[in-house]
Amino acid sequence: MKKIIQVRDVNKSFGGVIANRNISIDVEEGKITGLIGPNGSGKTTLFNSIVGYHPIDSGTIHFENHEISKLRVQKIARLGVLRTFQQTRIYSKMNCVKNMLISSAHHNTKWTDMFSYYPKELTERAEKLLEFVGLYGKRFLISGDLSFGQQKLLEFAMALMNEPKVLLLDEPTAGINPTLINGLIDRLKRANNEFGITLFVIEHNMRVVMNLAESIYCLAHGEMLSKGTPEAIKQDQKVIDAYLGAH
Amino acid sequence: MNIKLTKVIFYGSILLAGIFAPILFPAYTFQLALLWMMILFALTWDILGGQMGYNSLGNILFFGAGMYICTVVQIGMYYDVAEYTAHFGAVKVDFTSYQYFTGIATGLVVAAIACVIIAVIFGWIVFGLRGPYFAIGTLGVAIAAGELVGAWDYVGGGGGISLPNYPGGPADREMFFYNLCFISAVCTFVFLKWLYSTRFKLALNAIRDDEEKAEAMGIHTNRYKTIAWSFSAFFLGISGGIFGNMTGFIEPLEVAFPTVTFGIFMVLMVLLGGKGTLWGPVIGAVIFHLIKELTWTYLLGWQWVALGALIIINVVYFQQGIMGWAQEKWPELFGITLDETNSGTEEKILS
Repeated sequence: MKKIIQVRDVNKSFGGVIANRNISIDVEEGKITGLIGPNGSGKTTLFNSIVGYHPIDSGTIHFENHEISKLRVQKIARLGVLRTFQQTRIYSKMNCVKNMLISSAHHNTKWTDMFSYYPKELTERAEKLLEFVGLYGKRFLISGDLSFGQQKLLEFAMALMNEPKVLLLDEPTAGINPTLINGLIDRLKRANNEFGITLFVIEHNMRVVMNLAESIYCLAHGEMLSKGTPEAIKQDQKVIDAYLGAH
Repeated sequence: MNIKLTKVIFYGSILLAGIFAPILFPAYTFQLALLWMMILFALTWDILGGQMGYNSLGNILFFGAGMYICTVVQIGMYYDVAEYTAHFGAVKVDFTSYQYFTGIATGLVVAAIACVIIAVIFGWIVFGLRGPYFAIGTLGVAIAAGELVGAWDYVGGGGGISLPNYPGGPADREMFFYNLCFISAVCTFVFLKWLYSTRFKLALNAIRDDEEKAEAMGIHTNRYKTIAWSFSAFFLGISGGIFGNMTGFIEPLEVAFPTVTFGIFMVLMVLLGGKGTLWGPVIGAVIFHLIKELTWTYLLGWQWVALGALIIINVVYFQQGIMGWAQEKWPELFGITLDETNSGTEEKILS
């Protein structure tokens, strides 16, 4: 299986705090990979390192054939590695359709595209994706007025609009009610299946991550604790001690 | 009546008013010219301050730079600038009408282009700053520019420059500059109306709402920021060149880089009218200019107090501005509607 993201021996510390120590991770193309671990174990730091949000101290990060650990955020995003935020981030004073339109892919844009109009197909695609996440009826509302869960769905739709190759989701189900979570799992799987987007997901909800992911990495105290299939992770004593707890 | 016809009548009547106002009220020609200039100020400030959320207090830099560049080019085409600006008056200044008009035309073009270049250079420096730091940083640049020009003898230093005399009568002169102001303000409006219908506006709005998100989505944020500032600079440079010639005498602190008057007015007009809208700055500029002229006429002595009170009321109780208030009151007029007619099912969508 082709590895689309390869993280090798990445170290990252903030002052005296070591957030990531010798982390190596492979994300396989076309699959859903999970990342779990207690709060403060360095999951989001790892995400930030991959998307170029901050420089890493040492190690390498490869996306396809590119070494991306020295590239800047926008450049990495345009290569096709996109992330969503733990604290949902949308363009809160614009309506949903505009949020979607401006999220369309920027990797092939020319200078003149800055001053072009949006073609009709793009608006249609935006509306279809909004319908996909169930926000079609609210598409002309100011996105900042939507509920938290709806904003989360909008952020997910915006990411799909960008047509990424890999999507890094930071706690996609946090703050979403149980009924909506089922719908979201379904949509994540379909994004993976039907749109062919590789997913790399941080998630605290074990039901969700065990259901979604084909392989899971578990971090604790900035170090790699364990990796394996959901079944193997569930049985791993180290993971149970550090994170899952005995049931 | 259909919408298109309403629009034609609406814009037509504004244009007609613009053309005939100085003819009907010749005594107010200078005031009306100033009003168009205020509209231009507000419109150009709103590109960054409203649409992009970068509150610049230093846009007046381009106004002053445009003014000086235009003047120097105008004079430099036919005279030696250093001799012209020397305080002892070494050269006899006499511009033929051909020299005058070619000078002003070339001057305005050069001023506009030079201001764009200045915007790109300064943008590269100040766009590293965000929020209040950007505001203070740009303010510093504008004030520094005024002081630097004041110390530069080639352009007359603090003593300023008298501009070439208009080759014609005072009434013609007023009409000429009125028309320049009118045309440049209308051009700015039309340009922005087009610009705000393209992707460009959405990118600016995205930067305003969440710049980090915009970066994470791969938007070329620096490119957009620099170009947006260049547009501001382009039109402000032209307005500076016109204003310098209109007043007939320029000097660095009060005329060219008036950070505490025009520099602040352009912010206030936008806040009053409503940030981030096309019409807000225009409405704000008109109302502000009216209030300002009325208080200057009828409350003389208290005019700055009245203006200060207006600022406080505006900022404390009326932050959204007139257009923002209208949008809250009548959201449907601005297209903010709930559409419950869900078309099709999800199955259909993905096929």
